[in-house]
Amino acid sequence: MKKEVAETLPNLAKAPTGIVGLDEITGGGLPAGRPTLVCGTAGCGKTMLALEFLVRGATQFNEPGVFMMFEENAAELTANVRSLGFDLDELVARKKIVLDYVHIERSEIEETGEYDLEGLFIRLGHAFDSIGAKRVVLDTVEALFAGLANHAVLRSELRRLFRWLKDRGMTAIITGEKGDGNAITRYGLEEYVADCVIILDQRIQDQISTRRLRVLKYRGTVHGTNEYPFLIGAHGFSVLPITSLQLDHKVSTQRIPTGIARLDEMLGGLGVFRGSSVLVSGSPGTGKSSIAAKFIETVCQRGERALFFAYEESPEQIIRNMRSVGIDLGPWVNKGLLEIHASRPTLLGLEQHLVMMHDLVRSFKPTVVAVDPISNLTMAYDDAEVKPTLMRLIDFLKKEQITAVFTSLTSGGDATSAPEDSQLAVSSLMDTWLMLRNVEFTGERNRTIFVRKSRGMAHSNQVREFVLSDNGIDLVDVYLGGDRVLTGSARVAREAQERAAATLSVQDHQRKLRHLASKRKAIDAQIAALQAEAEAETEEVLFIIAQETLQEKTTHLDADAMAQQRGSINGTAGRKKTG
Amino acid sequence: MASPAASEEAAATVAFQLRLYVAGETTKSLAAFANLQRICETHLAGLYRIEVIDLRKNPGLAAGDQILAVPTLVRRLPEPIKKIIGDLSNEERVLVGLDIQSLRA
Repeated sequence: MKKEVAETLPNLAKAPTGIVGLDEITGGGLPAGRPTLVCGTAGCGKTMLALEFLVRGATQFNEPGVFMMFEENAAELTANVRSLGFDLDELVARKKIVLDYVHIERSEIEETGEYDLEGLFIRLGHAFDSIGAKRVVLDTVEALFAGLANHAVLRSELRRLFRWLKDRGMTAIITGEKGDGNAITRYGLEEYVADCVIILDQRIQDQISTRRLRVLKYRGTVHGTNEYPFLIGAHGFSVLPITSLQLDHKVSTQRIPTGIARLDEMLGGLGVFRGSSVLVSGSPGTGKSSIAAKFIETVCQRGERALFFAYEESPEQIIRNMRSVGIDLGPWVNKGLLEIHASRPTLLGLEQHLVMMHDLVRSFKPTVVAVDPISNLTMAYDDAEVKPTLMRLIDFLKKEQITAVFTSLTSGGDATSAPEDSQLAVSSLMDTWLMLRNVEFTGERNRTIFVRKSRGMAHSNQVREFVLSDNGIDLVDVYLGGDRVLTGSARVAREAQERAAATLSVQDHQRKLRHLASKRKAIDAQIAALQAEAEAETEEVLFIIAQETLQEKTTHLDADAMAQQRGSINGTAGRKKTG
Repeated sequence: MASPAASEEAAATVAFQLRLYVAGETTKSLAAFANLQRICETHLAGLYRIEVIDLRKNPGLAAGDQILAVPTLVRRLPEPIKKIIGDLSNEERVLVGLDIQSLRA
């Protein structure tokens, strides 16, 4: 017991599988130098997983491998995997891989007396030595149970085989068929292979099959315990971790404009963050696709690449329709900067769509991805399933620093209900959420837009009217009239009213100024008149004073003159003196 | 381990071409060889040729006849190919496996 604990304590060496997603779940790969059991029902992809592990090991990690198959022969296997781009013939010729088909047919074999499986060991050992193998796949060793009658010998030999593989330091995948009920494998192989067990599963729901992978057990290491959907696509096996185990993607502070100047203004003046996810939701005909298309066009104008996933219209239809609102995507498609992928959402399961997206994103390397609309993709699924799936997509895009625009159709059509409720499942995953609404008022339906949330930036709380015309998209301030916003012709009427009122008030001001001016003139005139009057009066007074002074002087002179005259002539001077 | 069999000239004409695959000189392989020789001498005298292949020395030969278990006796001729695995201790089963009963009948 003590020994076993000591064995598992040091950090396990891991052999990377090179399979997309699987290395993330297992924290680096399968246990190096140990066997791993991969089990599942028929047709769930065990052989594919094992083979890709081997091929990638040989081509990417310089670890040649031996594929010992018990069910199909080398030619069949080679043909089966050629469609995935694996050229086994070439790898065999380069001594990177050995394919060994073990055929065992019970009807051809008679058993008499004691035997062991040393022949199998020798075959494997010979194959290992011939190419210096580090990896081996036994697919599926359970066939031996059907081929050999003496299961007691077989079991003890299998135990010896796995021990021997460990001793030789081979990283091995043993595949096994899923057993009935709770049994992991039909013949209890898990009893011998205890280090790592991976379970594959294929389920059909709503006529769409989904494959899932789960790491049941991985001794001595942390691993993702969830079920992860996987697909066998054009580039082989890919597992989609719901999220990578950590939330640790790099973030960008770079902003990219949406192409609608006033929308950028609402988003702090700069647009959205590079690598963020934008949800544009709204009821039918609110202009979601136009916003997405405008965004795409702007991206292409900057010379970056964009990928457009359309689930409602064909590429040509999109290009034609967008031209009607002044967005021309055609030239960008021709230049190879834009790829439009249109498909029916029901064509594939949600996970398949997702993997297809992954593949396309990986090969096209866009900086912006638009999905129009995600609500179509999710039609057939309950929310519980949609969310993790989208989370995987968003997580993937974020990791690749790709900005994503998702449009989403909300079920409600009018402003009174809360159509956003139908978005609750995905909205929390989004960094920016633009809501488009139809506002019906005075016999018109008009579009409004507002920023419901936008993480990490100041954003406007205003509702704007969203106008689509031949000239493109524009946002216009709405008017508040009474307790509702005014849009469309109501807004135009209100604008006219306000303009008229403004003209009137200007005229009124001018009239008042003129009146004031004339009044001032009148006052000035009055002041002048009064001043003149005052001056005239002053002159008058001065004249009178002068006159009187003169008179007085004259009187004195006359009296003196008379007195002198009287005194000399009449001799009455004395009387005059006393009197 | 030698292969005392019918002479080389006779090899082309013998009815039974047998090949015994073993892995080293173990008790099982020695027992198998001894049992095989005894059975052949008893039932197929002059009609057989035994070739013993030690996979320890020639590991590359295991794949050709699809050998997993050792010892394995392969009847290469007459066709069809038949295989008997084990130390050949049960003579009845060996005779059934080699289809010798019908020959004698």
